[in-house]
Amino acid sequence: MTPVRGLVIARLVIREAARRRLLLALLVLTLVVIALTGWGFSRIPTITQRGAPLPDLQVKLLASQFLIVTMFMFSFVLAMAAVFVASPQISGDVESGTALAILSRPIGRAEFVGGKWLGLAALVTIYAGSAAAIELGVVNAVVGYIPPEPLSFIAFVIMTFALLLSTRLSGMVGGVIALVLFGIAWIGGIVGGIGVAFDNAGITHVGTATKLILPTDGLWRGAVYALEPQAFVASGSQAGPAAAANPFYASAAAPLSFELYVAGWMVLVFALAVISFRAREA
Amino acid sequence: MEPVAIRTEELGKRYGKITALAGLTMSIPAGDVFGFLGPNGAGKTTAVKLLLGLARPTSGEGWVLGAPLSDRAAHRRARRGVGYLPELFRYQHWLSAREVLRVHCELIGLDHATWDAEIKDALGLVGLADRADDRVGGYSKGMQQRLGLGVALLGRPALVLLDEPTSALDPVGRHDVREVIRALKDRGTTVFLNSHLLTEVEQVCDRVAIVDNGRVIQVGTLDELLTTDAVRLRATGLENGAHDALRAFGELQSEGEWIVVRGIAADRVPDLVRAVVERGGRVYAVEPRHESLEDRFLSLLEKPHP
Repeated sequence: MTPVRGLVIARLVIREAARRRLLLALLVLTLVVIALTGWGFSRIPTITQRGAPLPDLQVKLLASQFLIVTMFMFSFVLAMAAVFVASPQISGDVESGTALAILSRPIGRAEFVGGKWLGLAALVTIYAGSAAAIELGVVNAVVGYIPPEPLSFIAFVIMTFALLLSTRLSGMVGGVIALVLFGIAWIGGIVGGIGVAFDNAGITHVGTATKLILPTDGLWRGAVYALEPQAFVASGSQAGPAAAANPFYASAAAPLSFELYVAGWMVLVFALAVISFRAREA
Repeated sequence: MEPVAIRTEELGKRYGKITALAGLTMSIPAGDVFGFLGPNGAGKTTAVKLLLGLARPTSGEGWVLGAPLSDRAAHRRARRGVGYLPELFRYQHWLSAREVLRVHCELIGLDHATWDAEIKDALGLVGLADRADDRVGGYSKGMQQRLGLGVALLGRPALVLLDEPTSALDPVGRHDVREVIRALKDRGTTVFLNSHLLTEVEQVCDRVAIVDNGRVIQVGTLDELLTTDAVRLRATGLENGAHDALRAFGELQSEGEWIVVRGIAADRVPDLVRAVVERGGRVYAVEPRHESLEDRFLSLLEKPHP
């Protein structure tokens, strides 16, 4: 197997996004959002309470909350975009007949699916990396530098899942399913948090199960933790387990075991995509 | 070069209860221009997809340039020598023709140094040289078909499979495609031409297989396929009652000065001519009667085949 042919496919994915102005649209809209939120951040220190400016700690807490909500929006946009771009990747090629000319070449199905994945991963990295870096750069003065990687991972997960669906389902159907499951995983995280808060094993297990089936919410919690100032985590801990239900709060970083699980999950879903596409007629 | 470009043994494809291809057995010598004829739904495109590994057979086996379909790795390597023009296809409409061809040069695994020459050749051969840098999205259907043909010819493949290559083309385009096929033949390329356009097949193919309901019902050279056991003879001055005597040679039919005798063995034709002369006939022409491919095609499809 020559990996070169997979790279041809990956480059086509990136070139399509560029040629069809997907990257441009995302970039322009992102810059608008960053400009608006940047203005918002710049107003926080000017807020006064009974004529006096807010204490420094409160400014930081407010800024971190605002940043987390902004980042949540980014992660949502990123996940949606990843789903929209990934869902028709394979099914669209098969439906239009583009796949006929490509797959009759000396390229294996695994190389084809692998190339699609690589191209999508590169797109996600380019977008998430630059958007998060700019946004964080803008708020750097307020909360300091925070690594943006967790956001990319959420997109990797949902994108890999959408690519699996794309080996069998049309872009529309696969996209809807991936988005609904993404929503369910988010709600599942909140439900699981409620289970923890009320010490209810049944509800907690539901949350854990959704977290394992589509680990996007678990990764989101990890990202949130990375964005929270220590003082905020400390006050959250005093609130007890009840805070676990708050989807914009995390009391701990994602454990290493969970991150490993996510990596294994992606390998498994990718393998399923290859197996599924091998059996599909082009 | 392999002596046989394509071979299949009882190659079949079922979709649930529907049989798309029922036991296709054939052998195509290297260098042949082979016409694969059949009505719509006969299983022609299914056969091509199986040969290219785009679909998996449910029974039987096939070999393309010596590589069995069941050996995925060997078949993948063999596809380096195969060009394919699909029937219904689209290329990346956001690329230019030149870029599409570059992608395919890379997918075939051609040496980078040869790409420009290969692309120039292909563009020239299919008549797209002056539109090479336009986006494919702006191409007419005929131009897309030409591009598809160019893609199929990249890298001088040993075998080219063309699935209804002229379906979207005007008469000039059809003529051009026939010229391309003839040029391929001169190069020694095996061409597998899938078509329901009989005149096209008649004009370019060495050998023809007629398929129906997923089975080859007849295969052979055009001569073998179209020559019948009838002879046409133009004669004047035959005495009265001569026709009755000539009926001994076969079923007789008069068409003005022409007499058609059906069911006559080839070695009895001289005897027939002598009999005509003995009965006062002056013979101007004797020729074996050829059926048109269309007549042959229709008569084969009407016959209940085993």
